[in-house]
Amino acid sequence: MFGRLTLNALNHETSQNIAVGSMYVTGLLLIGLIFYLRRWKWLWDEWLTSVDPKRIGIMYIVVVLIMFLKGFADASMMRLQQAMAVGDSHGFISATHFQEVFSAHGTTMIFFVAMGVIFGLMNLIVPLQIGARDVAYPFLNALGFWLFASGAFLTLISLAVGKFSATGWLAYPPLSGIEYSPGEGVDYWIWSVQIAGIGSTLSGINFLVTILKMRCPGMTFMKMPIFIWSVLCAVVLIIFAFPILTATLFMLTLDRYLGMHFFTAGGGGNPMMYVNLIWAWGHPEVYILILPAFGVFSEIVPTFSEKRLFGYFSMVIALVLIAFLSFVVWLHHFFTMGASPGVNAFFGVMTMLIAIPTGVKIFNWLFTKFRGRVHFTSPMLWFFAFLLNFSVGGMTGVLLSSPPVDYQVHNSLFLIAHFHGMVIGGFLFAFFAAFTYWFPKYTGFVLDERLNRHAFWCWLSGFLIAFMPLYMLGFMGATRRLDHYDASTGWHPLFILAGIGAVIIFIGASIQFFGLFWSIYHRKQNWDHTGGDPWNGRTLEWSIPSPPPIYNFAIIPTVDQIDPFWALKKGQAPISKEGYEDIHLPKNTPIALFLGILTLVFGFAMTWHIFWLAILSFIGVITCLIVRLSGEDEHELISAAQVKEIEADCLRRSQIV
Amino acid sequence: MRLAKKPVFFMLTCTAVILFLILLLQPFTIYAFRDKIAVLFPRGVIALEERNLLFIIQGLMLLVIIPVYVLTFAFSWKYRAHSDSEYDPELSDNHVAEIVWWGLPLVITLIIATLTWFKTYELDPYKSIESKNPPLTIQVVALQWKWLFIYPEEKIATVNFLQIPTDRPIHFEITADAPMNSFWIPHLGGQIYAMPKMKTELNLIANQAGDFMGSSANISGELFADMHFITRATVDKEYLEWVETAKKSAAILNWESYESLAKPGAIPSPITYQLSGDNLFNQIIMKYMHPQPK
Repeated sequence: MFGRLTLNALNHETSQNIAVGSMYVTGLLLIGLIFYLRRWKWLWDEWLTSVDPKRIGIMYIVVVLIMFLKGFADASMMRLQQAMAVGDSHGFISATHFQEVFSAHGTTMIFFVAMGVIFGLMNLIVPLQIGARDVAYPFLNALGFWLFASGAFLTLISLAVGKFSATGWLAYPPLSGIEYSPGEGVDYWIWSVQIAGIGSTLSGINFLVTILKMRCPGMTFMKMPIFIWSVLCAVVLIIFAFPILTATLFMLTLDRYLGMHFFTAGGGGNPMMYVNLIWAWGHPEVYILILPAFGVFSEIVPTFSEKRLFGYFSMVIALVLIAFLSFVVWLHHFFTMGASPGVNAFFGVMTMLIAIPTGVKIFNWLFTKFRGRVHFTSPMLWFFAFLLNFSVGGMTGVLLSSPPVDYQVHNSLFLIAHFHGMVIGGFLFAFFAAFTYWFPKYTGFVLDERLNRHAFWCWLSGFLIAFMPLYMLGFMGATRRLDHYDASTGWHPLFILAGIGAVIIFIGASIQFFGLFWSIYHRKQNWDHTGGDPWNGRTLEWSIPSPPPIYNFAIIPTVDQIDPFWALKKGQAPISKEGYEDIHLPKNTPIALFLGILTLVFGFAMTWHIFWLAILSFIGVITCLIVRLSGEDEHELISAAQVKEIEADCLRRSQIV
Repeated sequence: MRLAKKPVFFMLTCTAVILFLILLLQPFTIYAFRDKIAVLFPRGVIALEERNLLFIIQGLMLLVIIPVYVLTFAFSWKYRAHSDSEYDPELSDNHVAEIVWWGLPLVITLIIATLTWFKTYELDPYKSIESKNPPLTIQVVALQWKWLFIYPEEKIATVNFLQIPTDRPIHFEITADAPMNSFWIPHLGGQIYAMPKMKTELNLIANQAGDFMGSSANISGELFADMHFITRATVDKEYLEWVETAKKSAAILNWESYESLAKPGAIPSPITYQLSGDNLFNQIIMKYMHPQPK
């Protein structure tokens, strides 16, 4: 009846019980709070069934913040374990649990934090920057979100019911095969990543078409904001790369469920094929994350330098080049496979070539500041930290790209320090900058600047203290994923130092969470009285009220240059046509939410081999799709009179508070 | 939202101090742990070559990194808001400048790429090392969760302990009877994967005597953190003495004892075997060539 699911699945180690307990308490508190405030109907009408990209974007960010807490807790446990487990001490968690923790950390941070941030930003910013009222496929977009949320939720369930994968975030076979990992852990990993991955492909398609087809009149390709260019490159990568992930995971699924031999060690399988395929997705994935981060900084630097972006054309070429090159470098993740020197050298050189366009971007940002008026608000502080960390990360990246050097540092903590330098120092700092920068657009008030500053100092110093020792540990022969090590290795002091760094980062992250609630509480002091343009912005999103009305633009703008709103303020922009018109917007639908729930049930049922439930939920998925696809595309109408009313209301609100 | 002079000065100084302290920490760490930093203070010529390449690339990269750091600080200070420096909001292009920063990274990358290309061939793990001494072949098998070393010519085998002569090229043949591992002795040089069904090769040499740590750099299951071993490099005479003692070992490694050794689990201390039969390594690889037994 319940497949492999027994009550035994609820037994955990102490540390995990604490985590599960706090997860239950938080969940119950939230549900209680919604009951207390009687907000269920509001939640259902305004959020859960919404197909408005603005709402979906905010929901992405909410899921991201929750998953970030989990991923961060995992990271703290790893740092604590490695600071303790020296010599005879084996730390406070068992080896298996430690392996689950780092597998969950990687999976959570990449799939459910980083990807969530990317899609969240796309939803929030893309329609506003291209002067569109909606995305191309609102339902597909909502479906993408709910599949993402369903994958994230399945990872959370794995914390409470049974075990998660203990095979690393990419689950190399044969270790992840049925022979060496017979339990439910790898299945949890497969289904949560598979479901979220399909969601990513769908969202990618939506945003590609949105950018190609829905730009406002006059916005040609070479007049798009550079953030849109970076998203365009990223979604092209998503559309090409994510199907590889889906197919690879599907083959691993066949191996595990039906005893096939794609990637098994014996029986004619080839595990290295999996490694090749997963990195053929995995390397473009890295650029899917970092390209929008580049885009974010390309928006922030000109705004806070009060100057045009330097070398727009160069920036575009660099983005496209990086996107292209990202598909021909995957083998650098396993130079140590034993490929011939010609193969290794080719992939090494291709990897180094990426350093050129990346270097160009750095110089262009620097020269955007040149002869500008640089305001050091917190987004600029994050940019400052990004530049310092990212160039060091880039340098160690070039070291790693040279096969003979890589032989000596592959899979060591040197590698860990490198990619955390890129992901934290590059991507995460960009997210913090973007969060602070676009926060007022969606709330009408800015975040508390003083607290941001404190958080910034904690992150910068904490990051350096936590990760610089790892470079040295790598040189000392410390490999990744060790749950304990000998005292004679001499690694202990540096692991303690790294642990101290993690504590400082924790303080920084706490200040940010506190700052978010503090700013909401004291919003009246930080109210944006400019009616939507607190930073003296340059692009279209700042030309509309904050928070934006449901239709974004009452009048679709016409643009003729790169910084249209800046030009408008200078009186150099073409005049848009006057007068409000009727606006059609898609109606809310709960079907995307149903599909999310059904795939969650499907993933859970497959993980535990509860096949009747899997079949039922799959039939449910098909039914929902048929219902949705056979219905008329329903729209609701906002009349010109209503638009006028809403616009007047927005204006009033910004002035009253 | 606008900041006056003082906070910018404060910010730049603080960052500079933090960076300087971190930078200062590195030579201090290197000095304090110099015996342990295997990659930077290697004991074999392969690892030495790999380290030298690392230093050269690092040096070349600094030619870009240092200007970036200087410009980051200089522009942040010079062009802060409310300063008297020039303001040119429409400046957005300069062909000379663009050529410089497409060109400079291009040149540096081409130098690094050329160097890498040749060094990759030179330091190919499969390439045998030229030496006046004859190479010694050692077969390595990664098991769940220990390393088996087979000396086919000497007819001995060891677990989690590797004794080698100095100044003699060592030719490793590597496979696994377990999930994939990675064979790494940082003092001697480059790692390579140990994969079931496949044979990889690695050529290393120790030019100084000493005990070096070796480990698996790729996760292979529950007790993989215990997969470390001692590599003892000694002069040829001591090595030969050790071989003689090892040959008299009571434990014998044949297919039966191998199968019990290969069962999952870590071992508390190294084992030495006499080797019986001369085909064990190939048998282990061939295990995976047949349809999987039920």
